[in-house]
Amino acid sequence: MIAAIALGFAAKKFAVEVDPRELAAMEVLPGANCGACGFPGCAGFAKAVIDGKAEINQCPPGGADVVAKLARILGVEATTAAREVAVVLCQGDNQKAKLKFQYLGLEDCNAAQKIAGGAKACPGGCLGLGSCERICPFDAIEMTADGLAVISREKCTGCKKCIAVCPRNVIRMTPYESTTHVLCNSNDKGALVRKYCQIGCIGCHICKKTVPDAYVIENFLATVVYEEDADAAEAIDKCPTKCICDFSEGYPDGSIFVAVKDDNSDAA
Amino acid sequence: MKLKTFKGGIHPPDNKQWSEHKAIEDCPLPDELIVPLSQHIGAPAVACVEVGQQVAKGQEIGAAKGFVSVPVHAPTSGEVVAIESRPHPGGASLPAVVIRADGEDRWSGDLQGADPSSLSVEEIVEKVRSAGVVGMGGAAFPAHVKMSPPPEKPIRTLVFNGVECEPYLTADHRMMLEETERVLQGVAILQYVYGAERVVIGVEANKPDAIALLQKECADNPVEVMPLEVKYPQGAEKQLISAATGREVPSGGLPMDVGVAVHNVSSAAAVTDAVMLGRPLIERICTVTGPAIREPKNLRIRIGMPLSHLVGVCGGLTEEPGKIILGGPMMGFTQAGLDAPTTRGTSGLLLLRDEDVAKSPEGPCIRCARCVDACPMNLLPTTIAAYSRRDLVAEAEEYCAMDCIECGSCSYVCPACLPLVQSIRYGKAAVLAKKRNS
Repeated sequence: MIAAIALGFAAKKFAVEVDPRELAAMEVLPGANCGACGFPGCAGFAKAVIDGKAEINQCPPGGADVVAKLARILGVEATTAAREVAVVLCQGDNQKAKLKFQYLGLEDCNAAQKIAGGAKACPGGCLGLGSCERICPFDAIEMTADGLAVISREKCTGCKKCIAVCPRNVIRMTPYESTTHVLCNSNDKGALVRKYCQIGCIGCHICKKTVPDAYVIENFLATVVYEEDADAAEAIDKCPTKCICDFSEGYPDGSIFVAVKDDNSDAA
Repeated sequence: MKLKTFKGGIHPPDNKQWSEHKAIEDCPLPDELIVPLSQHIGAPAVACVEVGQQVAKGQEIGAAKGFVSVPVHAPTSGEVVAIESRPHPGGASLPAVVIRADGEDRWSGDLQGADPSSLSVEEIVEKVRSAGVVGMGGAAFPAHVKMSPPPEKPIRTLVFNGVECEPYLTADHRMMLEETERVLQGVAILQYVYGAERVVIGVEANKPDAIALLQKECADNPVEVMPLEVKYPQGAEKQLISAATGREVPSGGLPMDVGVAVHNVSSAAAVTDAVMLGRPLIERICTVTGPAIREPKNLRIRIGMPLSHLVGVCGGLTEEPGKIILGGPMMGFTQAGLDAPTTRGTSGLLLLRDEDVAKSPEGPCIRCARCVDACPMNLLPTTIAAYSRRDLVAEAEEYCAMDCIECGSCSYVCPACLPLVQSIRYGKAAVLAKKRNS
């Protein structure tokens, strides 16, 4: 009885006052605790936003919707950041790309990379052991049957967790509106790439000749210039190794994700 | 009398019958030798010769960088044709000096030997350092670092490792039989350096001829030749200390914490060459063996010989190998091909057929605790591995992941074929990365 009174008294006296706006902010955040904002979970981000330590557009999974709601809570103007999604820049699955040796160990890309630099002959190619798939909080990554990670444009919220876990730096952030990508991450010369991958970029410059503004070639690897990529898709048919892919037309072979043509649709 | 040993361990088939009775043969020189600049634990050496330069056998071609580092020497005379990245036994491509042999095999004139009794301890340690002597059991830790213990930790017991507990390997065995004098001279030099009161040579009981010979040779000096129970990993440093002295190296500690230093018998022979002849470590004994090689042999090889050359000298392959391992089957490095060169730590080259390689898929842990019984370090391998796989670094560290010696006993006994050592190594790397970042 005495303890109960003491506890009740203590609860009143030592109650921590929470800014009601913080609770309101918590309500509108996705609640995935993905850490993409750089704060410890959604509660941490809510507190940081209210304290003015974070911008309202720092929650990539929330998108424009959350920015608008947070803006209303704080009474400020909504400033949206351009939506970005992660893309695996590789199509070299176990059918198309060669292996240096047979790997029999732990099913984890980071562990595999420590064994003689990974089994895949290409130094930049996807190892296909699914570390990114397991870490993705939004179920946006699938591993194909032949061992290639594919990220759904529609499901990806841009939290960058997969980028942090990938030992081969084969995943990159790209603007959501840009659907054409050069799916290769090898800086080796064309002749070498041809030896280990059927579908890698050989740095032949044909894409750049077709659409000069949309491509840049560095270290024997073509990359889409995402600011100038309006006509990038024109080079797809010209590419001799078929390493350029338009995700609005379809995902790499073996993927279960269905391409969504309408760029404005949010759901997968 | 019951033989001394340690707690835990396993009994894999030793498979030494292929090569244990074969005398050491000199391996002919290949046209080109690839000498990696990183052949030891510690900072890699820095190339100090230029492309096109003529070098003599034993000339320094890579300078040591820092205290925990040793120089690298030309294994034969010839011309430096390239200094570039070449395949390394570790798997990556690392800087190496490529020498085209001129066939003369001419020693450098600068190498001066000395009578060890006329030298001070510091002079001997310096000779060992400049000769690039490293631990030749496999880990390749620079010997001069071990030989310079801090004054507050005197070494009272010196243990020599003639155990060779890895299956298949017979290089140290043949060394003890055929080059007993070189080994024992090195033993005497090292005893003088440390001022050790007790000297033990531990030999596994499956080498009775080596034990008998060493006991005969050591009849009139105080060196104790100790037969040890045949068990893997009897030759691991801490397990050997436990068997030979009954002392346990504390967690996170070094042998010097219990007043012991351990050297391999082959390292002792290399110390003899370094001090008495002034010759650097450019050759060693290597066992080329396994079911996929036509003629298993114990070869005296130079550092930098391509593995394909060793295979050629041993009559070639009987079939496409299923697995190529540099070192022993338990702790050796699996190779993707035969392009890499030999290094100072290359105690063996093992060629297995496809049918010799276990490829069972991984199953669930059934909590049978066989790995716990087998662990020579008294750890809980399955627990540490589970934490490591889930990236629970702090928990893995708490369960003493860093004390794991990566001997592979747990993976060997696991009925579920779990990659326990690989998981623990992964966890250890994460613990080290965390320490570096904090």
